[in-house]
Amino acid sequence: MTPRVVFPNRILPYLLLAPQLAITLVFFYLPAVQALYQSMLREDPFGLRSRFVWFANFRKVLADPAYLNALHVTVVFSVATAVVAMGVALLLAVMADKVVRSRGLYRTLLIWPYAVAPAIAGMLFLFMFNPSIGTLAVLLRKAGIAWDPLLNSTDAMVLVVTAAAWKQISYNFLFFVAGLQAIPKSLIEAAAIDGAREVKRFWTIVFPLLAPTTFFLLVINTTYAFFDTFGIIHAVTGGGPGKATETLVYKVYNDGFVNLILGESAAQSVILMIIVIALTAIQFRYVERKVHYG
Amino acid sequence: MATVDLNDVRKVYAGGFEAVKGVSIAIPDKALCVLVGPSGCGKSTLLRMIAGLETISSGTISIDGKVVNNIGPTDRDIAMVFQNYALYPHMSVYDNMAYGLRNRGTPKPEIDSRVRATAKTLELDQLLDRKPRQLSGGQRQRVAMGRAIVRNPKVFLFDEPLSNLDAKLRGQMRVEIKNLQRNLGVTSVYVTHDQLEAMTLADMLVVMNAGVIEQIGAPMDVYEKPASTFVAAFIGAPPMNLMALTHGADGTATVAGGAKIAGHVPEQAAILGLRPEDAIVPAPDATQKGALSLPVAVEAVEPVGMESFLHCAIAGERIVVRVPGRSMVQPGDRLEIAAGLDRLHFFDKDGRRV
Ligand SMILES: Nc1ncnc2c1ncn2[C@@H]1O[C@H](COP(=O)(O)OP(=O)(O)OP(=O)(O)O)[C@@H](O)[C@H]1O
Ligand SMILES: [Mg+2]
Repeated sequence: MTPRVVFPNRILPYLLLAPQLAITLVFFYLPAVQALYQSMLREDPFGLRSRFVWFANFRKVLADPAYLNALHVTVVFSVATAVVAMGVALLLAVMADKVVRSRGLYRTLLIWPYAVAPAIAGMLFLFMFNPSIGTLAVLLRKAGIAWDPLLNSTDAMVLVVTAAAWKQISYNFLFFVAGLQAIPKSLIEAAAIDGAREVKRFWTIVFPLLAPTTFFLLVINTTYAFFDTFGIIHAVTGGGPGKATETLVYKVYNDGFVNLILGESAAQSVILMIIVIALTAIQFRYVERKVHYG
Repeated sequence: MATVDLNDVRKVYAGGFEAVKGVSIAIPDKALCVLVGPSGCGKSTLLRMIAGLETISSGTISIDGKVVNNIGPTDRDIAMVFQNYALYPHMSVYDNMAYGLRNRGTPKPEIDSRVRATAKTLELDQLLDRKPRQLSGGQRQRVAMGRAIVRNPKVFLFDEPLSNLDAKLRGQMRVEIKNLQRNLGVTSVYVTHDQLEAMTLADMLVVMNAGVIEQIGAPMDVYEKPASTFVAAFIGAPPMNLMALTHGADGTATVAGGAKIAGHVPEQAAILGLRPEDAIVPAPDATQKGALSLPVAVEAVEPVGMESFLHCAIAGERIVVRVPGRSMVQPGDRLEIAAGLDRLHFFDKDGRRV
């Protein structure tokens, strides 16, 4: 039982909470409500008048092939980013766990990319994979791969996924390292004595015991891929070629701020909001059940 | 069914610390060998080397006549019970026990029958579906035992398996482990720092101190003929009384400021040992006096039920003696305690038995 803190003053607690609540209200709830309202408005081409149209924007957006394309792109992009970022991070964490000497140095270096701003990370990859001047592009071409993210949509997707995943690997790595350290060494030893070799041990003992960490990171990474990758996509491909890397978030920006179709853009935001709420709810409800805590 | 032979085994840890300094033990088939010693003396290190969890810095370890220095824990065909049990928290009791068999490709029906049979012996059959966290400490201990037994390995290794249990349960499990080990006839190495556990379980007792073996022998032999003052003080509770012994010019040996020892005392003897229960209290009349008679002052009386311990002082030495039942002696009383010559232990100035 945690001791209960009792405030003698009835108003003071609310006063102390007020700044935090005010910020949340002004910067999160207000815009959300506004977006909800705006998603039901339609403006004339000159932006002089707007009309209340109920769900017309939603109907239009959901019937738009370009929007369905963005949805598809987002799913592919998010799944790929989460899988790559988590897979690579787990691999690195397992390896770093085995390093005996200068383990701290490896860890520090592996954590650095997280400090790089998304747009800069994007530029980094843009340069490295630039078909004409990029060092890695040259290597790829030498290896016989016709690398051209400016024209080939698969290449473009690979590029944004790489850039987005690269940035997230550090974060995942940190959690996986902590997760691995929390597994008692004697369990691994017991499994070794029980006749399980390294790979078997990993899949039957280590991986299941990492499940809480993996689950947590799954939520974080999906949310990241959905929302926080705008900067990377903007810098690397700008949603192209064609609309091959245009995710839902990118389309919201494009339609709203570039093409100034505010009503539809707002409708897209609302849909996005619903998707994320649903995703998180599903993850917590179903995935968590298969996770063994403790 | 296997013998375990350690030949001049050493362990130097990465930092340069030598935890085990040349240990040789030959454990016969089916024997229960208990490694006992104070904390930090290298018992676990030695056990983990037998398991293959620590590398062997020098010397050889053989199981069943085969040197296993370069064989990993997976292939040594041993089973180990850890102090913290190391049960797989995400697996049921059944899966915990079946894990080792599955890894070795045992057919499913056989796994099932073996797990159920073992669970029955250990009275775990009602708990097979539970996760470790849903078990009591004693039940977890049984599962850890079951996981070792079900595999039917060549050697069992136990690292203080009972130290997390309460005193009563520990006593029960001790008897059970002994019976199980005898019935299964599996060679075992058992690490403990509890001398009572060591005495009652061992076929072969190995007393260790600071990385070296002080004595190897049957428990009662070790008890009756401790090879050193260290063993004398470690085995037995309360420990053996040790007193400085001086040889007079006239050839008589005295202790505790003048008490003479009647009878032959070896020349090199510098320390006299007397077990608390070997003292006769109060001393019988002069006609049947023992070899040693000490007039002591009682400082404290410790009744523990079926016996009492008297803490006494004489000329700067402190000795503890045991008297049966409740004692009428009060602190401050003066007593005469005696001991027969055959009950006296002599050690040289380095603490070796003479
Ligand atoms: N990995 C290690 N690196 C360096 N020194 C170690 C390591 N493990 C153990 N030691 C040292 O080796 C010595 C023996 O340790 P060990 O664990 O074998 O003791 P023990 O006899 O089992 O003690 P306890 O009864 O407390 O379990 C100790 O002094 C310990 O500090
Ligand atoms: Mg130990």
